[in-house]
Amino acid sequence: MKIMSDLLSQLIEKGVLQKGIWETVYLTFVSAFFSYIIGLPIGILLHVTGSDGIKPIPWLNKVLGFIVNIFRSIPFVILMVAMLPVAKFVVGTSLGNKAMIVTLIIAAAPYVARMVESSIKEVDKGVIEAAQSMGTSNFKIIWKVLIPESKPSLIVGAVISLVTILGYSAMAGTIGGGGLGTIAINYGYQRFNNDIIWVCVVLTIIIVQLIQELGMMLAHKTDKRINK
Amino acid sequence: MAETIIEVKNLHKQFGDNVILKDISISVEKGEVIVLIGPSGCGKSTFLRCLNGLEPIQGGSVTLHGEPVLYGKKSLTKIRQHIGMVFQSYDLFPHMTIAQNIALAPLKVQKRDKKEVEEETLKLLDRVGLAGKADSYPNELSGGQKQRAAIVRSLIIHPDIILLDEITAALDPEMVHEVLKVVLDLAKSGTTMMIVTHEMAFAKAVADRVIFLDGGEIVEEGTPDEFFDAPKTERAKQFLKTFTYSD
Repeated sequence: MKIMSDLLSQLIEKGVLQKGIWETVYLTFVSAFFSYIIGLPIGILLHVTGSDGIKPIPWLNKVLGFIVNIFRSIPFVILMVAMLPVAKFVVGTSLGNKAMIVTLIIAAAPYVARMVESSIKEVDKGVIEAAQSMGTSNFKIIWKVLIPESKPSLIVGAVISLVTILGYSAMAGTIGGGGLGTIAINYGYQRFNNDIIWVCVVLTIIIVQLIQELGMMLAHKTDKRINK
Repeated sequence: MAETIIEVKNLHKQFGDNVILKDISISVEKGEVIVLIGPSGCGKSTFLRCLNGLEPIQGGSVTLHGEPVLYGKKSLTKIRQHIGMVFQSYDLFPHMTIAQNIALAPLKVQKRDKKEVEEETLKLLDRVGLAGKADSYPNELSGGQKQRAAIVRSLIIHPDIILLDEITAALDPEMVHEVLKVVLDLAKSGTTMMIVTHEMAFAKAVADRVIFLDGGEIVEEGTPDEFFDAPKTERAKQFLKTFTYSD
């Protein structure tokens, strides 16, 4: 009895599986990076303009919160298809990994914004008042107090966001992108090779574990509140 | 003529319909140490917070060197650089070392020279008995040490006045002593301070003037000797009696 199906050994020989691993990692991290570029400032703004923030602006907070909620309510598959024209506009194509990254960013940025908001909410109010009482401007409170003081929590949030984006990226195949999800569906599910599905699943689990473990180590290292 | 640091005129403060402070007028002269005492909930801490614009006020005025302290206004960041504040819960930044905690305001707000700030940080830490703790994180310090570090953090901006809000309320008795000794030392060196405390012996030792607040009003005001040995009002007598166990 053969352990691997012919197709699986072919995929490994031709480097398809290896490319799939790389594409999954690449899709996840590039999308996460740009999601944070958009989501981090929105998340900060959501907290700062909120009723218990350092600069309450109720209308802006409501509008931002509403937009974020809309994007978060739409299931990813639908949002992905709906955002293809945007992808075409931004990267010139509505097919493949590039287009996938654009849709991933649009889906993940609002998610990231909420993660950032909840991390920053954890900063003790007394500490913020202490900074205010020294004459620190709101802008400096954000940069010098809110972000540094919520760093461990922000890192934990980034780990959760990365894993979520990795999950979304499995759907890249739908619009002609790559990655382990695409291999599992195209070669495994559609051609009845269960072993390929399982190999892809195990590889995904390993990637998730690595992100989780390394991220938590980093979060623990930056946390100065705990005795080590 | 002495130099007036803070002038409070007819201050009125309420949360919703709940009146916290009514018609309070106080002026603080340079070098003066004022102790605010009174039962819990009488508005002492709120009053202190009104002085540097941490709380909005509904009537009257607060001025520092003639400049109005206006809640939520941009001018506040300038004025606050002249008012130090120390809190009951220390409120040190937990992810910064003691030296970083102390240097934040002088470096990032006042834009002072890094080397000069470093030198002064070490000098002040030494003065409050925290030499060698510059690179520790707040978490590694005892409550008394944290509070002394917080005092240094307020001193380094060279404030015209320091507001101390029940700074020993969360401390063990032994630590209370080490922190209050630092404050007494500051008083001797001429630091202007407004102190809210429940430590009566300390109040008596440190104050130039005692102000007794109750029900949001100034009930009595006088030198510590007058107030503690011969209180004029019935309310103050009653309050002071709760600190002795003889009737």
